[in-house]
Amino acid sequence: MSTDSMFVHKMWVDHELSKMVGSGAIPFPMLSDGGGKVGSVYGVYDEEGGVDVRGRFIIDPDGVIQGFEVLTPPVGRNVAETLRQVQAFQLVRGTGGAQATPSGWKPGKAVLSPGPDLVGNVWKEWKVGMAFD
Amino acid sequence: MPKEQKVGCARPTGGVVGEAAPPEANLAAPAAAKEVKPMVQVGKKAPDFVAPCYYQGKFASVQLSEYLGKWVLLCFYPGDFTFV
Repeated sequence: MSTDSMFVHKMWVDHELSKMVGSGAIPFPMLSDGGGKVGSVYGVYDEEGGVDVRGRFIIDPDGVIQGFEVLTPPVGRNVAETLRQVQAFQLVRGTGGAQATPSGWKPGKAVLSPGPDLVGNVWKEWKVGMAFD
Repeated sequence: MPKEQKVGCARPTGGVVGEAAPPEANLAAPAAAKEVKPMVQVGKKAPDFVAPCYYQGKFASVQLSEYLGKWVLLCFYPGDFTFV
């Protein structure tokens, strides 16, 4: 979603994005936020520049915001990290909150089961190196 | 005369040049000027909205709440053709 019109979105797809994406088609709707009305509500509209800054929101099936990240324009997103976060939130949701994903978690790595027995004992199950591998 | 401008990833904008508005015009909306727009919060409902869109070769309209039951990634960006 940007403050561009849907007509400019079409021109961008036709003249540039279609040459980057194998299928030539963008698989998601490209939304237009004229005047930054939606961006303002989400806290990402830059009034001075008249644009929505680089904000990304993870919204769960109940319509609840689980996470967001906001960057200034010159630095692009890390899509792999976004997908990792979605996978983590999906795991947590799937266990009804019984499991939590520690720092550095990615699919296949150990999760934690918070409860009385884990208090003060995380060091037995999680090592600092696991945040980086 | 137009002056060449360095182009960055933020869309360049202009503004009004000249005298500031008279003080009484500024006094007219002091509350609006000081309005604070809080960031949305994690764990809270995502504000619903309707927006026009371009999707699969067609112009359409999308409402966020139509996606209830699915995971949604809502991404804002500064503008088409802004490089990154």
